Amino acid sequence: MPMVEAINVKKRFGSNEVLKGISLRVEPGQVLCLIGPSGSGKSTILRCLNHLESINAGRIYVDGTLMGYREEGSALHEMHPRDIAAQRQHIGMVFQRFNLFPHLTALQNIAEAPIGVQGVPREEALEQAAQLLARVGLSDKADHYPSQLSGGQQQRVAIARALAMKPKLMLFDEPTSALDPELVGDVLEVMKQLAKEGMTMIVVTHEMGFAREVADQVVFMDDGRIVEVGTPAQVIDNPQHERTTAFIRSVL
Amino acid sequence: MLERCVLTDQNFADEIVAKPLRHVWRWVVGAFLLLGVYALCWSIATSPNIDGAVFGKYVFNGLIIDGAIKTVWITAVSMIVATVLATLLAIMRLSTNPLLKGFSIAFVAFFRGTPLLLQIVFWGFLGLIWPLTTIGIPFTDIVFFQAKTSDVMSPIFAGIIALSLNEAAYASEIVRAGILSVDVGQTEAAKSLGMGAGYTLRRIVLPQAMRVIIPPMGNETISMLKSTAMLSLVAVTELYTRAQIISATNYKQVELMAVAGFWYLIMNAILSVPQSYLEHRYGKGVANQNERWFRLPFRGAKQ
Ligand SMILES: Nc1ncnc2c1ncn2[C@@H]1O[C@H](COP(=O)(O)OP(=O)(O)O)[C@@H](O)[C@H]1O
Ligand SMILES: [Mg+2]
Repeated sequence: MPMVEAINVKKRFGSNEVLKGISLRVEPGQVLCLIGPSGSGKSTILRCLNHLESINAGRIYVDGTLMGYREEGSALHEMHPRDIAAQRQHIGMVFQRFNLFPHLTALQNIAEAPIGVQGVPREEALEQAAQLLARVGLSDKADHYPSQLSGGQQQRVAIARALAMKPKLMLFDEPTSALDPELVGDVLEVMKQLAKEGMTMIVVTHEMGFAREVADQVVFMDDGRIVEVGTPAQVIDNPQHERTTAFIRSVL
Repeated sequence: MLERCVLTDQNFADEIVAKPLRHVWRWVVGAFLLLGVYALCWSIATSPNIDGAVFGKYVFNGLIIDGAIKTVWITAVSMIVATVLATLLAIMRLSTNPLLKGFSIAFVAFFRGTPLLLQIVFWGFLGLIWPLTTIGIPFTDIVFFQAKTSDVMSPIFAGIIALSLNEAAYASEIVRAGILSVDVGQTEAAKSLGMGAGYTLRRIVLPQAMRVIIPPMGNETISMLKSTAMLSLVAVTELYTRAQIISATNYKQVELMAVAGFWYLIMNAILSVPQSYLEHRYGKGVANQNERWFRLPFRGAKQ
């Protein structure tokens, strides 16, 4: 069973159709890299996958369950926000701008959701948070507030925060785009490690090196449509479409 | 490295020693102000109509102190009730439910749009409109509790209701602005971690909104403390009323107002302590605000 299956997903903002029928399939343990020009709908499809945005047509299944709706016979019923929240628990998301909670320390950022949402005992959650911090190489920053961390460190804490919920799937929306060039490497290293450990990941990125090394599938999107899908060797090194070629040339 | 300036052929190795600018007007204006203040003090001190001894006699008078204590706790209770109501009103205002939103807008319009004085009198004389207070299920005969309104609505109770509701209207706008000041990315991150709306509000949004909410709420508290004086209209024996009652018997109005004014100033000065503590507590994580709230001056400011 695929971890993610999106079928013919359409999304409109007002009359502006932003996704015009997107279909994706990601098997467990696979890494899919999503590339494409700004405004092509990469963030939107990612946000639809964990139902931060509702969709206008199509279906999204994560780990075999339909996202955001209950299907009874042929009828769809809106889900209670509580149930949607429960679905999201197992889908980690990492944002371009980190979105750490500024009033909590690094350790508290990581432990907040396990304690508050999953009811993990405090001691246990803090213990686990400390282990996650070690895993992203930030053991010494446990008591630092986000404002006291560099962008790269903040993003690694954000990854640890998402991992604390023991997700089956991780979504990354341009995780290194807001970082100074010398800080990108540390974050990518953590993500590569995660991929190696078998995490299922969908990554929006302009880092072609990362995509080549880690991705099982590369998807090129433009104007709300998927233009090209394939292995990194196919899409990045030997693109079949003119728009893909132009885009790849512009980011390399 | 350049050794000498091309224009002047000097190397300017000495530190700059410049004659300080003389602020002539600063001194002139300052002197005038001092003179004015001195003249005012002198005229008060030597006035045959103001009796300094009366101030001294009443400033620690038992009734005055008791009135001041009443002022403090009426302010505290009203402020707490108002803050809770304000938070509810702000959340209702921001909700997508048109009924809740409409109620909140109407509430704020009503209680901000009429004079506080009028509201105090209204609650104080509620018994004239509804002589009986009944708690039961509307439009049925089921009654849990019934009593004369004038017995239920003691002056203090009426005063606290009036001040709380009026303040809630103002404070709800402050809380709303605070909530809106928090980046939407915060709610998104919370959602993506599976947090529900209530939890997100309590643990993520409100703690960050506090930084924006507390300074104006400090203002509101000061304002509330002074507004309690209006409760004299419904015979609440707080500080101002007490001063008024005493002055009505000894005709020393100015001295007793000075006594009351003195205590209002003291109480407001004390209020700034909890405010600064709260500002510090909710400033956590904001750059430059991670030091201790209070550091003894002789311990040295540098770490
Ligand atoms: N909340 C929104 N409301 C209206 N339009 C939006 C919203 N979010 C995104 N869009 C529009 O959808 C399009 C795709 O946006 P996005 O998914 O962010 O693209 P990308 O991440 O590929 O740069 C853009 O034209 C953007 O203006
Ligand atoms: Mg984007």
